[in-house]
Amino acid sequence: MQFLLEPFYYAFFQHGLIAAILVGALCGLIGVHVVLRGMSYVGHGLSHAAFGGAVIGFVLSINFYIGAGIMGLSAAIIINQLTKNKKIKSDAAIGIVTTAVFAMGVVVISQQRNLNKSLDAALFGNILGISDNDLIIIGIVTVVTAIVMFFSYRPLLFASFDQEAAQIFGIKTEGMQLLFSLLLTLSVIVAMNIVGVTMIAAALIMPAMTARMLTDRFSVMQLYSVLIGVIMGACGMYSSYFFNVASGATIVLFGALIFCLAVLVRNIRERIALRKNFHRHGNLIHSHSHPHHTHIASEKNSVTAESTKE
Amino acid sequence: MSPAIQLTDVTTSYENNVVFTHLSLQIHSGQFVGIVGPTGCGKTTLLKTILGIQTVFSGTVLLNGKPVNRVSHKRIGYIPQLESIDWSFPVTVEEVIMMGLYAGKRLIPWQSKEERERIKELAAKLGIYNCLQQHIAHTSGGQRQRAFLARALISNPQFLVLDEPTSGVDIKTQHEVLHLLGDINNQGMTIILTTHDLNAVASHLPWVICFNNRIVAEGHPGDIFTNEVLRQTYGSDIIIVKHGDYHLIANSTPLKLNSNSN
Repeated sequence: MQFLLEPFYYAFFQHGLIAAILVGALCGLIGVHVVLRGMSYVGHGLSHAAFGGAVIGFVLSINFYIGAGIMGLSAAIIINQLTKNKKIKSDAAIGIVTTAVFAMGVVVISQQRNLNKSLDAALFGNILGISDNDLIIIGIVTVVTAIVMFFSYRPLLFASFDQEAAQIFGIKTEGMQLLFSLLLTLSVIVAMNIVGVTMIAAALIMPAMTARMLTDRFSVMQLYSVLIGVIMGACGMYSSYFFNVASGATIVLFGALIFCLAVLVRNIRERIALRKNFHRHGNLIHSHSHPHHTHIASEKNSVTAESTKE
Repeated sequence: MSPAIQLTDVTTSYENNVVFTHLSLQIHSGQFVGIVGPTGCGKTTLLKTILGIQTVFSGTVLLNGKPVNRVSHKRIGYIPQLESIDWSFPVTVEEVIMMGLYAGKRLIPWQSKEERERIKELAAKLGIYNCLQQHIAHTSGGQRQRAFLARALISNPQFLVLDEPTSGVDIKTQHEVLHLLGDINNQGMTIILTTHDLNAVASHLPWVICFNNRIVAEGHPGDIFTNEVLRQTYGSDIIIVKHGDYHLIANSTPLKLNSNSN
């Protein structure tokens, strides 16, 4: 027992665990809309832009969060503006803007060779080096994001599902898009210290995609995603201590494991549901899987529950 | 009395191409209007102009005598083309209907008691009560149309605008949807829809606008579905078979198959 509790005696582990849980919840919360809006690449791109900003900020002796924040938010706003009239697709805009800012960071690194080690944390994550200030900033971003997303749950959901109809129904979709981009940028910046630039996209997507495997209801998906993010962060952090491996990478690997389990659970559920709906009448097998009495009769090999879907 | 919808001398464009110029149109309260025309003729742009989300270069768009951008969004119910919907999105039928209330003042995510009652009542009326908790993709074409119709109707709008409600559904569902819309129209709702299905329009709608970057003709389908009007609208010859009160519209140039294909 003593052995299992050992990591909790260390302050660095306590800080790291709290940070991993908060960032897991944050990524789970915001990741749902990232996935459903098809913005997975945005998280990846914004982390690169924020990294470029952090490097420039470091050279100018500006705080990490301020440098990363300014460049990350600027990139998000520019991408928003470029894609507004749909002439430039979002993947192209992200590729141009965020890579350009990242390249600026690389140019600065190549000039200031002593920076390499200091920015390793941003690239690969440094959860064990989390300070009290880092924890406060992560906590503030998590709480603010949770509050904003709670009160904008309805318009955000509608805009994510059907942007044009949402606009016609009176929702300020452009404002929602900008608000969401800002929250996403803040989340990416605070998550950078935990999982690093290279793995942020995975941290954002995994909880949401895992939750999607387990439910077809948005409100439940949102809840599951936060819980899975927390479990991913806590279990990844805890196991990294015992295996003595990089915490950020372990968190992401733990997320991948949970995702695989969720896919398995979904497949088993679907098979059980399919079997329940089969009825045999002599040589004829038919299924009625939905309560709207859509009966489907066909030969054994061609019957699937999907038949009732369009 | 001023018309419910009035477009006067409206000019608009889509991606730098002028779609229509100096268009004037009046739709009166309680009318049930179908807009038909070839693909790319500006039907959807016309709908967007009426809905107030299309940039207008000149002219005025009035709803009940007020500029469209000053009309409360609650007055307009809209149903998009269902082919544009992402069916893998995790929403139940109930959540889809709820979205019709999301532009309201309530900021709390969960439903109020009144909202829940309203959804149940409307779902029962439209025959989708039993599938409220189902994922939207697990419902039939007719149930999906009804779910989106419920979303449009839940805020008690004055106008109902539908973009291609008959596309992508089988003939039975098409018939059901148009009859349902007819019932709603009988209760006083002004309805405007676009469609490619001339036969559905001819047999179900009391008023039709033939559109091809301009209004070619408007009136009762029986009066305006003539060879000349349809040729001007579609740019090809179309056969119209009249049988009593029914009109059957078909392309006059059937595909010539190679005799070997038999």
